Amino acid sequence: MIWLEKRPAPSRLWAVLSPFAAIGMALVAGAVMFAVLGHDPLEALYVYFLEPLTSAWSIEELIVKATPLAIIGVGLAMAYRANVWNIGAEGQLVMGAVAGSVIPVLLPGWNDPTALLAMLLLGALGGALWGWIPALLKNRFNANEILTSLMLVYVAQLFLDWLVRGPFRDPQGFNFPKSVTFEGWHVMPAISGRVHLGTIIALLAVVALWVVLNRMRYGFEVRVMGSAPRAGAFAGFSAARVTSASFLLSGALAGLAGIGEVSGSIGQLQPSISPGYGFTAIIAAFLGRLSPFGVLFASLLLALTYLGGESAQLALNISGKTAQAFQGMLLFFILAADTLVNYRIHFRRSGAGEGGTP
Amino acid sequence: MNGLEAFLLTVITASTPLLLAAIGELVVERSGVLNLGVEGMMVMGAVSAFVAAYATGNPWIGVLAGAAAGALLSLPFAFLTQTLATNQVATGLALTLLGLGLSGLLGEKFVGQPGVPLPKLHIPGLSDIPFIGPVLFGHDVLVYASFAFTAGVMWFLFRTRAGLVLRAIGVNHTAAHALGYPVVKVRYMAILFGGALAGLAGAYLSLSYTPQWIENMTAGRGWIALALVVFATWRPLRVLAGAYLFGAVWILGLYVQALGFGLPSQLLTALPYIVTIVALVIISRNRTLTLTNTPASIGIPFVPDR
Amino acid sequence: MKKWKILAAAAALALASGVAQAADKLKVGFIYVGPIGDHGWSYQHDQGRLAIEKALGDKVKTSYLEKVPEGPDAERALERLVRSGHKLIFATSFGYMDTVLKVAKRHPDVKFEHATGYKRAKNVATYSSRFYEGRYIIGRIAGKMSKKGMAGYIASFPIPEVVRGINAFLLGAQSVNPDFKIKVVWVNTWYDPGKEADAAKVLISQGADIITQHTDSAAPMQVAAEKGVYAFGQASDMIKFGPKTQLTAIIDNWGPYYVKRAKAVLDGTWKSEDTWGGLKSGMVVMAPYTNMPDDVKKMAEETEAAIRDGKLHPFAGPIYDQEGKLRVKKGETLSDQELLGMNWYVKGVDDKLPK
Repeated sequence: MIWLEKRPAPSRLWAVLSPFAAIGMALVAGAVMFAVLGHDPLEALYVYFLEPLTSAWSIEELIVKATPLAIIGVGLAMAYRANVWNIGAEGQLVMGAVAGSVIPVLLPGWNDPTALLAMLLLGALGGALWGWIPALLKNRFNANEILTSLMLVYVAQLFLDWLVRGPFRDPQGFNFPKSVTFEGWHVMPAISGRVHLGTIIALLAVVALWVVLNRMRYGFEVRVMGSAPRAGAFAGFSAARVTSASFLLSGALAGLAGIGEVSGSIGQLQPSISPGYGFTAIIAAFLGRLSPFGVLFASLLLALTYLGGESAQLALNISGKTAQAFQGMLLFFILAADTLVNYRIHFRRSGAGEGGTP
Repeated sequence: MNGLEAFLLTVITASTPLLLAAIGELVVERSGVLNLGVEGMMVMGAVSAFVAAYATGNPWIGVLAGAAAGALLSLPFAFLTQTLATNQVATGLALTLLGLGLSGLLGEKFVGQPGVPLPKLHIPGLSDIPFIGPVLFGHDVLVYASFAFTAGVMWFLFRTRAGLVLRAIGVNHTAAHALGYPVVKVRYMAILFGGALAGLAGAYLSLSYTPQWIENMTAGRGWIALALVVFATWRPLRVLAGAYLFGAVWILGLYVQALGFGLPSQLLTALPYIVTIVALVIISRNRTLTLTNTPASIGIPFVPDR
Repeated sequence: MKKWKILAAAAALALASGVAQAADKLKVGFIYVGPIGDHGWSYQHDQGRLAIEKALGDKVKTSYLEKVPEGPDAERALERLVRSGHKLIFATSFGYMDTVLKVAKRHPDVKFEHATGYKRAKNVATYSSRFYEGRYIIGRIAGKMSKKGMAGYIASFPIPEVVRGINAFLLGAQSVNPDFKIKVVWVNTWYDPGKEADAAKVLISQGADIITQHTDSAAPMQVAAEKGVYAFGQASDMIKFGPKTQLTAIIDNWGPYYVKRAKAVLDGTWKSEDTWGGLKSGMVVMAPYTNMPDDVKKMAEETEAAIRDGKLHPFAGPIYDQEGKLRVKKGETLSDQELLGMNWYVKGVDDKLPK
């Protein structure tokens, strides 16, 4: 039988070791899975984890893929810390993309750096407003935000679909559902290859949120309301305010990621602009233990598994579904290994002796 | 076949998988655990049911296999969240990923094969009454099971001691533990039950609704089911109402389209989601009702003191 | 640490030798927007890939990436194929268009084929299939087989290709029964068997006694079988799902075109062009005509032959649109350009398109 003993303070040893322990366990399990499916386990693991790090192009792609995850993830982490469950980041991303795209689509003549800035601001605003709806419904009507934010994702996606097939459709586009192609200052400037301004924004967001969380009163509010809401109430912190602020902040960041993707990576508005970043970012938030820099690394790790999965499809003919299953397993192990940070694991046979982890 | 009859029949089939999965998840959440892996368990149930039925030619074996697969997949989730006290949200999401990936692998060879459908009930005499016959007596066993489970869960949660214990654990697991209730054991069982029902919902998809297997055929129904549990403020009858509300509005949207009024299809497709939000807002305004039903310890990892 | 380095080196060597062996073959890559397990669009493209392997044996090595979302992931997928030595790459979804052009510009020595697109470059060719020819045929069959004179159409998204299909179907039906009607339901997805089944049920309950679809799963066929109405398969032969129900199916047959293009790369004759093949070139194939009386079968075969020989054009005038305006004069046919961006319904469609 296994039971847990809470450590007096989180183990710093395990805080560092646990990701490695997890990857170790995942490697073993993954090797077994690959072997069972008839692939060479060592080759497979190399292709999954190491090969994506061996070329400059691949590292660039890693950054490109991780960027939206990081931007959205840090915002979500803040919200989750306050026990505000924003599950609708995907919808906020879409609405941010739509709002920001108003400029290239409706005001194409305005094409200079201020236009780009306006696009970003509109994007953040669009996402924030869409995120504000679940907050409002919770504060005024007590409606659970998990449901409202999730349902609004579908509504946002259908709205985008309607837009690009109707009002936002490119008149020169042979009636296909795409907006005009963005040009000039409507496209996020590139930094190197495919890495664009969005990455700088991600890094700024990570640092900014770290500052807010650890050095500002709002961050304190969030931490208190998350772990001891009654104490927070006594201190005069308002749950409603934290709810609104959490949704506005995470919504704004998701919206920023949305316009970043559309303007930087895609270059126009189309019915599908995100392969589920808003949902993957939830995983990134938790993997990163809800801390801004943790989320940054978690985003990179997640991006690595996506890239590794593609690489494996091509190089070794390992089906893409294996990649998904492997991702799930990896997550399981990372979460399990994380337990060691806060708890000691004891094994006990019925009655007699005891053994345990250090 | 008259219009209302067809409408009702279609709504029933559309709502059944939602109801099955949601009722199972309701029990899980009432015990204080949030399992976001419903989509993963549902799709594993779908593929397992299909493969088992296809291989044996017997849809009943498929039903059992679907439930078993869902329960089996929920086991690692239970172990991680209950024994190792991991974060339930992230673990549930990992479960979904695992389920989607595994199901794709398992089902690879079975794509494009027609399935073995579950037979529909036919009571001579009763099933032939026009209108009432097909609507009440003409469904397959899983439809009736969904109602039976709803009633069963209601009875269990509110009329049995075991159900009371489960709810108590959901409200305050620390106090429950202090009173000597086996928190972890009860939660394990609740999770397995939820997994089995999600698997059954999946089995319904691949054995009755559309007897075939295609990758990802659940198409997000697991997430809707999750949302419905929240919508229902964790009350079984409301889950029933929510599932049918969603199903009815969805089918209604299709009818409106077929009638050719020219409303944008995206709006009609979005209607079930919007209606659900509106309905939730109306229901939630009664704060007392909401608060008395919320399992307050939901999502919080439980580690017993020693 | 050292053990790990050795392992890594061994793995790298194994990988490299694997790559080296394939160096003299032509590497052909594919990206699919959906899973090959959809038994529809992506599945048929993969069948085309297998046809290349079968026809050209060890002169080629094919690989594919499935479920590649449109957007930045597609760009990465294409780059990946390029960087691992693929010289001919098929991008099998409209949404990849601008991405393909971007990547193609960076790699002028790699040849790209983009399905259903309209932008080309020196090393980017486009290709598509005149599915609408098949739609016309099934429209005619529907006109003959439907007692109520009404068909249900399960459509995915209002893009020109789908609109073309609807129009061709109705024109075919009207050529046999001028009062033929269709009801359209948009499910806003390419495949979700449950939703497609629901749409089919709704259409049947509204009086349609023939079902056709522009979505990928066989669910509508199953519903039709259950309800005892006729249906047409889409993208692949669906007779297994409705042995007494399927009248025929429009099958996407990419194999011959893919083999032709691969051969062209092998002997250096590849050129960027736009191929819009139909029945004549074998890109559209009709499943055997089943479950219909002999005279209907004969009519279907004759129609097919006539289209193949160019004697019959589905969009030959006079054609009126929904508002009654004459769009195509008698004696003329719609040009390919006009077909490509088709955004209007012919008279008799009970639906409105977004403007």
